[in-house]
Amino acid sequence: MRLILFILLVLPIGIMGQETLEGVIFDGTSGEGLFGANVYWLHTEIGAVTDMDGKFRLPYEDTYTELVISYIGYTTDTLTIAGPAIITHSLKAKSDLDEVTVSARKKATARSYLKAENMIMVSSDELLKAACCNLSESFETNPSIDVNFADAVTGTRQIQMLGLKSPNILIATENIPSIRGAAQTYGLSFIPGTWVESIQITKGAGSVVNGFESITGQINAELQKPSKDFSFYQNLYAANNGRRELNSHINTRVNEKWETGFYLHGNLRDGHHDKNNDNFLDMPRGKQVNLLNRWQYTNPEKGMVSFINFRYMDDLNESGQIHSNDSVDGDAGGHGHGGGNSNSQPLWRSEVETQRFDVSSKLGWVNPEIPYQSLGVQTAFSWHDQESYFGLNDYDITHTSFYGNLVYNSIISDSRHKIKTGVSFTYDGYDELVNDDEYDRKENSVGAFFEYSYDNLDALSLTAGVRADNHNLLGFFVTPRLHVKYSPWEKSALRFSIGSGRRSANIFTENQQLFSTSRNINILDKDGKIYGLDPEVAWNYGVSYLQGFNLLGRKADITFDFYRTEFLNQVVVDWENPQNVRFYNLRGESYANSFQTEFNYTPFERFDIRLAYKYYDIQTDYLSGKLEKPLTPKNRIFANIGYETHEKESGSQWKFDVTYNWLDSQRYPSTETNPTQFSLPERSPTIGTINAQITKVFSPRFELYIGGENMTNVRQNNPIINAENPFATYFDTTFVYGPIFGSTYYTGLRYKIE
Amino acid sequence: MKRLIIVLLLLVGISAQAQNKNAKANIEVDGVCMMCKQRIEKAAIRTKGVKSAVWNLDTHMLSLIFDERKTALDSIQANVLAVGHDTEGVMATEEAYNSVHDCCKYRDEDIQDEHKNEGKQE
Repeated sequence: MRLILFILLVLPIGIMGQETLEGVIFDGTSGEGLFGANVYWLHTEIGAVTDMDGKFRLPYEDTYTELVISYIGYTTDTLTIAGPAIITHSLKAKSDLDEVTVSARKKATARSYLKAENMIMVSSDELLKAACCNLSESFETNPSIDVNFADAVTGTRQIQMLGLKSPNILIATENIPSIRGAAQTYGLSFIPGTWVESIQITKGAGSVVNGFESITGQINAELQKPSKDFSFYQNLYAANNGRRELNSHINTRVNEKWETGFYLHGNLRDGHHDKNNDNFLDMPRGKQVNLLNRWQYTNPEKGMVSFINFRYMDDLNESGQIHSNDSVDGDAGGHGHGGGNSNSQPLWRSEVETQRFDVSSKLGWVNPEIPYQSLGVQTAFSWHDQESYFGLNDYDITHTSFYGNLVYNSIISDSRHKIKTGVSFTYDGYDELVNDDEYDRKENSVGAFFEYSYDNLDALSLTAGVRADNHNLLGFFVTPRLHVKYSPWEKSALRFSIGSGRRSANIFTENQQLFSTSRNINILDKDGKIYGLDPEVAWNYGVSYLQGFNLLGRKADITFDFYRTEFLNQVVVDWENPQNVRFYNLRGESYANSFQTEFNYTPFERFDIRLAYKYYDIQTDYLSGKLEKPLTPKNRIFANIGYETHEKESGSQWKFDVTYNWLDSQRYPSTETNPTQFSLPERSPTIGTINAQITKVFSPRFELYIGGENMTNVRQNNPIINAENPFATYFDTTFVYGPIFGSTYYTGLRYKIE
Repeated sequence: MKRLIIVLLLLVGISAQAQNKNAKANIEVDGVCMMCKQRIEKAAIRTKGVKSAVWNLDTHMLSLIFDERKTALDSIQANVLAVGHDTEGVMATEEAYNSVHDCCKYRDEDIQDEHKNEGKQE
């Protein structure tokens, strides 16, 4: 009796006990598992072929000593094996195959023909076209994203998508929502451009996996990975406006499984410019230190990948008047923060100091047996603290945030039907001081999502997702989103998307420019849970058509996008009375229609043309009636030309890039009630700017670049109303429609070691 | 106790007989380009019971994961042959082979040469 049991127990062990040799064969160059390699014992017929991940298993006996590993196109290796164990080995590609050159050139920016979502992939090559400097400036060569002109006080360039400002876009780094809350205004300038490996832009509702906040679209920036980035990278940049930047990357392998990267960014903005003689700095001065340390763990045997990131950032931004109006010499010194000299008017100054600390981690686990099953866990903690004053206005905000997301990927029946499902958790604590008023707010939410995607491998693919969230201030709600792509014929993609999004508007931090005015702040509603206001809720839907074709034997493509965003509720920011800024829940309707057509063509080798035209119709019911969105041009034209010379064997090459932007006139918020000297016309002039850059690549290691922004020196001459009396009524710095500084020239270098 | 053992024995017997839900197999399939890849994978995945099918252009290996209760390697192979791709030891019919796009005529050496560099692009 017992014996039987014993045998039953021992039997499996006995089977397992048979001696085997296991191992993984890698491609020596890519580091990926080599699939289909032959592994056999010398002088025997016992062998195996490696599987998809490069793994194999062979019976082992003491008499077997030499293991042969061969694969076509690779040098055959023979290993001496002492005993049964797990071995890992890399095969080197034969050199004669290495010389095969790749004739097709990857495009720096590409729209997907296959994905259900209207997604634009931006590679690091595209990011290098405009050498500067941080994420907000990375979109200058991309017509799907609009970059606003920086105002003189914050100096930040906010971005827009489908005509709506960045709070309506979910901006993530490595799929963790990052530019949000207190980081909304300055956050993009806190991500240095060299840290960004690539960007994916999704127009329309987007995926439900990363939350409910996206309304017009999603932008995801992938950062440099220690395993792929250069072991050493150095970038220096200097511009004639006084901006200097330094970027250093060091990546190193710690052991077989761990790699780490240190990324240091420092910049100094110490230009002292007042080209329009309004006694205000044309652009803020400041400095930033930004440190990122990433750890990457890779364990191919267990199918595990993990990233752990630590970041610290400190940024100082100063702007305002240069010397008091009645002082004769230029240097009045000191910050006239309310105080000042007894007999001269105090200076209007502004200072914004931001500190931020981030810890985030990602853990991905792919089932080594079943490669389509995977599990991912993302967690992120951030602490963001801004202390600032703008003339007599004080504004401080501290935002503590925690984000957790668990995603499980698998298939239903076969790999044409994929699913993603999981749960997420968010916590946001806001602590704000607006002059003498304190605002505290805690937000938390728990949600679950399910996303199904289907691809029939022919013409049709779709992604349908839904999430349900329970939020302490927004309540319980469901967020559905759908993307469908159909290719009626070759090289075409017809897309449709619909989805909803919602968020709580951080009215002060998102509209910080209001502090640099003499306007009073009025919040007209009292009953809502967020500053007395209700959350913003919107639906977004759109169609898009992409068609690739050959024009005179060369590749070309054309895209037509039409999207509409409709707000069920919006926190209306009403600038129409020059004495105040009013916040209130939407009474009536608010929508943004956007149309974009884009044409890409390569008329001859290594020469790319991109042309785009955009039309926006954005209307909101204000208390004073339905009005077009202020300071947003209805029509825009974009043109970009890039040319590269043939890459020589030494790697040397020239690259040229020119971008032209034209903006139609923009509606000014009403200044009717101001005295005539402080009132503006109804609309701004039109604006056309040209940026260009030349890069000389000397070798794969070293390159120099030189460029110019706004080369025709277009300027808005009087960006500040009542600049003479910044503490008096009518003072306003928010009427910015164009560049304040004029042309800027810069130069820099990149040095890298593989 | 005795019953338990019998049950256990029965269970062991069943599990030994039970066919693998996630059976894996690699078979060689001839082809030359990314278009072939699409065709091969499509033919394989459309076989009921196939969960994942990935064809490697460099190695010509089609890696399959399939439910043995619903399909067998033979029927997957037959479907790949039907769209015109030779598999390990079995040639596709002339008729099926002719149905592939002209640029995919993998039996033709000139065509093979034309596509020689493609695999390296990844």
